[in-house]
Amino acid sequence: MDRRASTLKVSRLNGWFKAGTALWLFCIVVVTSFAALLIGPYPLSPLDAIALLRQSFLAQSDSTDPAHIVLISIRLPRVVAALLVGAALSAAGACYQTLFRNPLVSPDILGVSAGAGLGAVLGIFLSLPVAAIQMMGFAGGLLAVALVGFVSAAVRTGDRTLILVLAGVVVAALTGAATSLLKVLADPYDQLPAITFWLLGSLSGVKVEDILPAAPAVMLGLVPLILLRWRINVLSLGDEEARSLGIEAGRLRLAVILCATLITASVVALAGVVGWVGLVIPHMARMMVGPSFGRLLPVAALLGAGYLILVDTLARTISAVEVPLGILTAVVGAPFFLWLLARGRRAWN
Amino acid sequence: MIRVENLSIGYSGVRVGTNISLTVDSGSVLCLLGPNGSGKTTLFKTMLGLIPAQSGRVVLEEQPLDELNRSDIARRMAYVPQAHNAPFAFEALEVVLMGRTARLSVFAQPGEADRKAARAALSRLNIEELADADYTQLSGGQRQLVLIARALAQETPVLVMDEPTASLDFGNQVRVLEEIAGLAHSGLTVILSTHDPDHAFAVGTQVALLHDGRIQTCGSPVEVLTSQTLGAVYGVDVRVDTLVDGRTICVPSLGKSA
Repeated sequence: MDRRASTLKVSRLNGWFKAGTALWLFCIVVVTSFAALLIGPYPLSPLDAIALLRQSFLAQSDSTDPAHIVLISIRLPRVVAALLVGAALSAAGACYQTLFRNPLVSPDILGVSAGAGLGAVLGIFLSLPVAAIQMMGFAGGLLAVALVGFVSAAVRTGDRTLILVLAGVVVAALTGAATSLLKVLADPYDQLPAITFWLLGSLSGVKVEDILPAAPAVMLGLVPLILLRWRINVLSLGDEEARSLGIEAGRLRLAVILCATLITASVVALAGVVGWVGLVIPHMARMMVGPSFGRLLPVAALLGAGYLILVDTLARTISAVEVPLGILTAVVGAPFFLWLLARGRRAWN
Repeated sequence: MIRVENLSIGYSGVRVGTNISLTVDSGSVLCLLGPNGSGKTTLFKTMLGLIPAQSGRVVLEEQPLDELNRSDIARRMAYVPQAHNAPFAFEALEVVLMGRTARLSVFAQPGEADRKAARAALSRLNIEELADADYTQLSGGQRQLVLIARALAQETPVLVMDEPTASLDFGNQVRVLEEIAGLAHSGLTVILSTHDPDHAFAVGTQVALLHDGRIQTCGSPVEVLTSQTLGAVYGVDVRVDTLVDGRTICVPSLGKSA
């Protein structure tokens, strides 16, 4: 028993490394974000960029200067949006995986992306302005999850978690059908490309005004999750055990679902449906720091932020035409996930 | 102290047991015996307030269970489930720390005092070396011990254990039984289910025999566990004998099934 315990100890990352993970990840994210500001069809040197950022911060900059426009009006909002979307999707994924006691769960599990997709596609179909399309996406995501909650509450028998997941599958299928119908009816030259692009996720043309409503909504969802981090651990033991340990499992689960849904819907409204991030990144974070939610949440958020910066920078630089984010996250995420599976059971934890 | 008064148990639409009354005082150990499907688990879940009683009531430390909220209950009564597989690789110490949850306010994290209590619980069961190990990598017996440690860290007057010795090897069974006797001796109320009449003889101050959803008999082990009652409930032929030192054991008479 002694020997076994000590080999188990070694197989984990040591405590010092683990405790410092968030710190060095933060540094990597800062450096990557700065690098992303310099890269693109109009390259900037680090010194120029720092000077421009400083001028702009002091409100002394020349807003007609092309370097200023590229850096401040185009790349900066985009980098901030990528950070926000990556962090939010990964944090929500970590929540849902812990909540549903399943490492294969993504933030879409309760139909939030499908609902947001339907809302936004309806907005595009009705030729609404961009802000209204975002609002409809956000509302669609929340409504879909509310519908899932309502359906599962109406079903009185059986395993609550299983019914919740099944209701999610059903609602996602229904909203998916409605989205397909709108695609058939949409104008094929103008609306259909916009719909397709939105459904694949993209940050192209993101403006500061688009980020402003999403960022506080994400924070609003994150704060309770951070505060409840210990209880969320206990919830991962399953309802009955959590209750026997003194937790009102039903209420806590509702709170976590509300927060994670708010986070996901806000960023899906901003960036469209970006798949795989919320599934793969929490996995990686768990491999690095273990499942304890207090460590998992910040590490997943930082890892997701850094990852999406990389992917978005690729999306806007690898070809003359912008590649939708969802395509790249799938191309990178799917093989990585296979690698995780091939590593065997150990990696699932 | 826990008292079960005229309890009917079951799930929606299904009655599993009825007319169940039990009283377990502090300092005593009630062993619940009964064949598979006799309603032991349902009775435990009802006693823990995890499923509602169909009628009757459970009184925990002089307070009716339905007047207590979850954290009130968890500060009075700890539950040791059968060793299970956790979905995520928490460290064993973290699993034990979860026993402290009912003592923490909603947004709080376990602190140094809680860690100390968790480590003390582990060392009480002689498994402090498992503290940093992944729970998912432990053997069934080690997991069971960690779950018992978690219940000890909960520091409750009442302890409910669902077949605590089922997945343990012979040595650990004896260790856990000794620990149970020690806990009762220090004033705790212990209720456990077991499939082994010898365990009831070893640690039980009371034995209840559950069959077809009813308590067939309840009393001291020697009164309840006779070759007649065991034969009737389990449908096999058994011999109950007394050793030279006065202890009672139960031996199946193989090949002579009733």
